Amino acid sequence: MASPAPRITGHKGVVTAVKKAIGKAFVAGDEAHGEISITVKRDTIVAVLTKLRDDFAYQQLMEIAGVDYPDRAERFEVVYHLLSVTKNHRLRVRVSTDEATPVPSATGVYPVAGWLEREIFDLYGVIFSGHGDLRRILTDYGFVGHPQRKDFPLTGHVEVRYSEAEQRIVYEPVQLAQDFRSFDFMSPWEGADYILPGDEKGAKT
Amino acid sequence: MSETLPLDTARTAGDRTIHNTTINFGPQHPAAHGVLRMVTELDGEIVERIDPHIGLLHRGTEKLIEHKTYLQALPYFDRLDYASPLAMEHSYVLAIEKLLDLEVPLRAQYLRVLFAELTRVSNHLLNLAHHALDVGAMTPGLWMYEAREDAYGFFERASGARMHMAWFRPGGVHQDVPQKLLDDIAVWLDDRLTRLFEEGLQLVVDNRIFKQRNVDIGVVSKEDALAWGFSGPMIRAAGLPWDLRKSQPYDVYARMDFDIPVGTKGDCYDRFMVRAEEVRQSIRIMKQCLADMPEGPVASLDRKVVPPKRAEMKASMEALIHHFKLYTEGFHVPAGEVYVATESPKGEFGVYLVSDGSNKPYRCKIRPTAFSHLQAMDFVCKGHMLADITAILSAMDIVFGECDR
Repeated sequence: MASPAPRITGHKGVVTAVKKAIGKAFVAGDEAHGEISITVKRDTIVAVLTKLRDDFAYQQLMEIAGVDYPDRAERFEVVYHLLSVTKNHRLRVRVSTDEATPVPSATGVYPVAGWLEREIFDLYGVIFSGHGDLRRILTDYGFVGHPQRKDFPLTGHVEVRYSEAEQRIVYEPVQLAQDFRSFDFMSPWEGADYILPGDEKGAKT
Repeated sequence: MSETLPLDTARTAGDRTIHNTTINFGPQHPAAHGVLRMVTELDGEIVERIDPHIGLLHRGTEKLIEHKTYLQALPYFDRLDYASPLAMEHSYVLAIEKLLDLEVPLRAQYLRVLFAELTRVSNHLLNLAHHALDVGAMTPGLWMYEAREDAYGFFERASGARMHMAWFRPGGVHQDVPQKLLDDIAVWLDDRLTRLFEEGLQLVVDNRIFKQRNVDIGVVSKEDALAWGFSGPMIRAAGLPWDLRKSQPYDVYARMDFDIPVGTKGDCYDRFMVRAEEVRQSIRIMKQCLADMPEGPVASLDRKVVPPKRAEMKASMEALIHHFKLYTEGFHVPAGEVYVATESPKGEFGVYLVSDGSNKPYRCKIRPTAFSHLQAMDFVCKGHMLADITAILSAMDIVFGECDR
């Protein structure tokens, strides 16, 4: 073991055992960097989590993360990180969804999922069905949009300031003195698929 | 009673209805430890329901990280839990090293553990001082802050910054420390820290009023602690000997000899005492680090990840190129994803890092400890008095830089 990252004990056969237990809900499983992850069907997530908690002793849900892949048909991934304190083991469970399709809420299995799902709803716009209290959590009151989506600009759409004239906080469209600078580190020798500045002159003639 | 009454009303003898009071605890409240707004529904002085509104300090850290190189994203971690900045960096650098499969020299690992424990001491001193302050004991803070000031001095001597060190780097630490600093820490551990900490603690631990405010307040059972995703001192106070430094050791924690304190009842007093004992255990770990620390490089010698020192750069063309490339483009991390969690002073602090093979993280999800702890406020506070909210809140040890991100 080269890197000094947290060492987790062996997990031989966990993927096979989980695959056997959850049957048709299983889509894919892989092991990389000493961590195991399984992908399951969206509609079965509650049953899978219940089984993992009760039969496989994953007592804690530490984290639910959203990831946005705009190129995929179902662009969002909802990633559950489970922890077993008795077996000293971690497991990652993934489901995928899009803007419109709800994911069944895990609040009935792990109560901690309440705020974690609210966060994903807030930042990505993923809807969780059966969640009793799906409000925004991190963004401002009355915020529009889902900031963690890849197509949401880094600077956002509005800026706030205190208006002396109106004696209150006002929201205005964001104005930048300088655009955010995003540098391109693609090397022209490694097959960049764009025309270098100046090259377009040569192409025309 | 045969007739059913609406939830928020109760009939009195005079046929008058009594309504519950809803008050705002915060967003500016000295005991809210930052910007927390809690919509609190009270029946007299008894808490019926708490709805914490968070996000007032949301700065979009995760979004910003997606637009920065791996190295540029590091200082954002200092600004998460600003009471224990190095513990935040620790998870992040370990996650990068895991994706790169990068070996870290032994001296760097010892230095990281030494300073991570110093961070833990400084964080716990702050929390213990404020816990006492929130239930009415101001004096211990005067002792604790004195020791914290020393710790900040050590951070400054190691990294140049008192609070936002940015000292842990992928591959090791940024700079070596002088031997004099290690000697001074060793003397400080035995002399000033132990004296200040134990004296300050003595002022409250057996105090009758302090016990009345904390014992049997905010009891959380083992089952609840597991179901609500508790970690760190919160889960240990509930009686579970769970510590990531022991169970999933990283850096050189596997070589350290220390004990995990656990609580017996899971109340606020247990949480206070677990933290107090953790300070003593951290002192033990730091002494072992100082005794065993080997000589050698403090960062990986892989020049595709760790930039060379400036002195080398003046004489070597190759070093100059590496330096330039690493501070502009940065290093590329192979595609993949890892979840790395370390035992921060407040609990399990995790980083879920998704890389697409470029020089910027594709997604960096930060798992804050405060998020799940604060969510439990509602059920922990139910049935307690209004004044107990401050005790429960400070025993949870919440910092909003980390909770809101």
